[in-house]
Formats: sequence, C-alpha cells, structure tokens
Amino acid sequence: MTTKTETMDYDEVLERFDPVLGLEVHVELSTRTKMFCGCPNAFGGEPNTHVCPTCLGLPGALPVVNGSAVESAIRIGLGLNCEIAGWCRFARKNYFYPDMPKNFQTSQYDEPIAFDGYLDVELGDGETVRVGIERAHMEEDTGKSLHVGGATGRIHGADYSLLDYNRAGVPLIEIVTKPITGAGRRAPEVARAYVTALRDLLRAMGVSDVRMDQGSLRCDANVSLSPKGDEAFGTRSETKNVNSLRSVERAVRYEMTRQATLLSRGERVVQETRHFQEADGTTSAGRPKETSEDYRYFPEPDLVPIAPSSAWVEELRSTLPELPWERRRRIQQEWQLTDEELRDLVNTGAADVVAATVDAGAPVDDARSWWVQFLTEQANSRGVDLADLPVTPAQVARVIALISEGTLTNKLGREVVLGVLAGEGDPDEVIASRGLEVVSDDSALTAAIDEALAAQPDVVEKIRGGKVQAAGAIVGAVMKATQGQADAKRVRELILQRCGAE
Amino acid sequence: MSQISRDELAHLAKLARLGVSEAELDTFVGQLDVILDSVAKVGEVAGDDIPPMSHAANLTNVFRSDEIRPGLSQQEALSGAPASEDGRFCVPRILGEEQ
Repeated sequence: MTTKTETMDYDEVLERFDPVLGLEVHVELSTRTKMFCGCPNAFGGEPNTHVCPTCLGLPGALPVVNGSAVESAIRIGLGLNCEIAGWCRFARKNYFYPDMPKNFQTSQYDEPIAFDGYLDVELGDGETVRVGIERAHMEEDTGKSLHVGGATGRIHGADYSLLDYNRAGVPLIEIVTKPITGAGRRAPEVARAYVTALRDLLRAMGVSDVRMDQGSLRCDANVSLSPKGDEAFGTRSETKNVNSLRSVERAVRYEMTRQATLLSRGERVVQETRHFQEADGTTSAGRPKETSEDYRYFPEPDLVPIAPSSAWVEELRSTLPELPWERRRRIQQEWQLTDEELRDLVNTGAADVVAATVDAGAPVDDARSWWVQFLTEQANSRGVDLADLPVTPAQVARVIALISEGTLTNKLGREVVLGVLAGEGDPDEVIASRGLEVVSDDSALTAAIDEALAAQPDVVEKIRGGKVQAAGAIVGAVMKATQGQADAKRVRELILQRCGAE
Repeated sequence: MSQISRDELAHLAKLARLGVSEAELDTFVGQLDVILDSVAKVGEVAGDDIPPMSHAANLTNVFRSDEIRPGLSQQEALSGAPASEDGRFCVPRILGEEQ
C-alpha cells in the first residue's frame, strides 16, 4: 500500500508521458443455454438451480459445444472486421479458485476463433479513431462468490466464501484490443468511446444484452505509461471491476495519474490487477498478475477442434445487421437532423434506443422526446447509462402507442414506465397491477363530475352564463378526484354537456 | 541432460497444489527429465507435414443445439458438498492460502 501523496496534475502527466491502453472486454452471450451444457443461461435465479454435472465439473461429465454460441462468436469476429480461424481449439486454463468447480476454465489460448480486426470509434467531437482488435476468443464465465465475514464483503478479510454456479459455464467472448497508442490526452475518452461502440455493435447484432450493470459486458483496462519519446511500453496495471462507461473513462484517467506520480518519484509501477472503486474513482491493488505459463494451458482433450468452412462464415456474414454507425447516418437523413442534433442524440446514448423504438412502431418525435427527456432524467438520477435502464425500446413504443390511442394519459404513461423500471413487468402488466388505465367509462366520470359541480355551484353558474373557461376549475377537481386517471379532454366535454353549455 | 530445474518443479508443484517434500523434489526432477526426453523423441519422428493433434478422433465441429436440458435441483447439486449455506457451496477462506 502506498501512502496518499500529492498526485500529478493531468497536464503534467501528458507533458512527460505517453499513455498506452489495452482493453479487454468480456461479453456474455444471450444464448438460451450455457457454452458446454444444456443448463439455462439466465441472469439471477435461485442459487445453484441452473447447474448440471458438466458445469459443476463432476467426474465423468463431458462438455459439448453450443453451436449457437460459436455462430455468435464468428459474427462478433466479423463485426469487428477480424479474420476467422479456419481451424481452432479450446484450451484449459488451469487455476485453483473456487469460482470454477472444474479447477480450470475452458477457454482458447493461442488459437482464437477471430483475430486481427479493428473497430472505428467515433469520439464526442466527431473525430474517428481506429482501434485495432488483437483477438476475440470463446470461453465460459465463472460462478459468483459471496464473501462472508470481514468488514467489507470483499475477499480480503473474509472468513469463508459461498459459491453459486448458475453463471459458471455461461458463454463468454473475450475481445482484446491491440495496444492503443497516440491517444494522449484523449486516452480516457478513447477508452470510453471504444467500449460504447463495442456495446452498440453487440447490441445491434443481438448476441448479448450488453448490460454493464448486470455484468453481461465487463471491461478490464490495461494502462501503462512510456516516457515521452520512448518507444518501449512501460509496466502495465490491469484495472478490473469497471462496470459502467463512465467508470472506464475515470479508471483510465486515474491510472495514468497514479502511475505518472509513482514514476516521477523514481518508483516502479507494479504489474498487478487493480480494483476500481466506484465511490471515489480510485483503484486499489489486487493480486500480482500471474504469468500465462502459470496457467499451464493445454488443448482441451474433451472437445474436438472447430473448423468453420468459408461457406458457413459467409452465410453468417450475410446475417450481420445494419451497423449502429450506418444506422445513425441513415436516421440523420430520415429524421432530418443536423450534425449537432445527431451528436447530441449519440452523446446522450439515445440514438440507438430511439431508432429501435421507432423500429418498434413509435413516431420519431415521440420516441425522441421520451428517451431524451423523461428517460434521460431517470438514467441520470440512477447514475446509469441510458441504454442500461431496465426498459426496452419495445416497451417504450408500447407506452407511446397506448397514449396515442387514449388508454393512457402522458402522466399515466410516465407512471407505467416507472413501473417497468421498477421491475414490475411489461407495460400492460404494470397497467393491470397498478390499475392505471384512463377512466374512460363515462358513468364513473359522471359521478365524479356531479360531485365536483355540486361542490362549486358558483362555477356552474358561470359556465351556464357562457363562461366556458370556468370549467377548468371543475376539470381540476375531477382530475384530482380520479387521481389523474381521467382523460381531461373528455372530462371537459362531459362538464359542458351537464351544464347545458354545449 | 537436465531440462527442468528443481525450482521449476517446486513452482509447478505449488501451482498444482501438490505437497512435495525436499527429498521428493530431488527424485522427481530426475524422473521428469526422463519423461520429457521420451516425449521429445516423438517430436523427432513427426515431420513438418504432420499436424499436431490433441484428439484421437479425427472430428471437427461437433456441436449441440441451443436447447435447454434438465439439470440438477439445488438439493442434488449440493448433495456432495462438505458444507453449504443458503443454497450455496461453502468454501474455506480464499485469500491467505497463498501467503
């Protein structure tokens, strides 16, 4: 543990050092079943209920590869402009850690299914940076540990740990960039933009639900510094637990400053994993990094090689969707947005969700206003990215449709969406369980109106005398009595009718 | 000729969580060299035209369809565990073992 000292100013860091980044992103595929067995691939669930002898590593159980997961892996490789291996194998990565009950993780080592690609990443000001992709390989996720005892619930100081293997064996693709050099001041921004672009791409392909908050997309950020003008890379740290786009940016910036401070004092950067602390944006030392020899990789003897034919690869290439950035160019034209409007839409993370909401049948203006206003507020107050809100474009489109057909008012629509965000189900389920439908039954309304009219005879006189705008007071009283669940326009009509002022 | 050092062997034993005594290290270093030499002989006969194999069956692309199959209940899953708590496997303290 180093003691807290003055950290170097960011400008000074950049005067003296060049940052080099390497980003490793793990993405859980949204297949129905796990990578090597037929257990459900589902988030959550009672502990150890999505398990079988294979993913528990019981003696004699044998893995069989999920063909859909291989297809997703190839499609991801193609989306990242990678070469697809003509022949590759799985490998055992051996380590003793109870998150894998087999004592090894089935992964790929020197024969990744996809390699040598790139992703063009757009920064906030419209500048494009090409990030090289080293490889994308297939592996399996680990189980989840719960550390008991100790003060913090962390592994340090815990008395013992509890393991849930529901996630063990879930198909995982690890995507590794080539070293990203020359980003300088913008390195933290490039890191964030890369993960954003990758997330958008994977979402558009439909291969993962890419929820950083649920861990279906996770980023490890490798950062090192070279003294200005020095070609050789410095010693790197690998920051884990970076669970939001904002954290990716903060973690990279923090590590740049921390390492520069160490180096400028003549100290060494230790090659180690570090943990990102969401609360204060710092990183703390984890375990020293194992060397890859320590994992004693060897080809997995229980699985046969994968040899995708070029016909299969081309067939999968033809299933690639419109890429997010192409879609953005198209929606800019179709929606007649200026560059600035489009950039705002992209920077708030709204472009793709708005487009998906439009695809689900909503008018462009409604879709835009829901995401850019109400839902952006919700995302901000929860501290999550817009796309990570637990509401889908299809659900938003449904609410918009219900409003336009008069089943919901705008106010009720917002309440329905809040219910969806609270995990109460689809809009229609929320409406049913919260009883949110607009009161369109005239007899129910009439009763409330008669009551309000009786309470304010002076207003009734005014209306009868031709002052129809006085009806507003009655409308207000009725809306209050029905807790906002009435259609104000219909209420007004009924008031005028009953006062004979039509 | 010695291909594996005593230190390397001790490191490997540690990685594999094997308790190997000092005396055993001396014995095994020599034995492992014999094994490594024997395996190296295979490399002498296999020419560049013979691709390395990891599997006896000459198969590729053996896939399963993405369909859910019944697995174990929580009770069954935990039935062989020495200890469990709240439906989870209970394992001893993880860190500390290495120090």
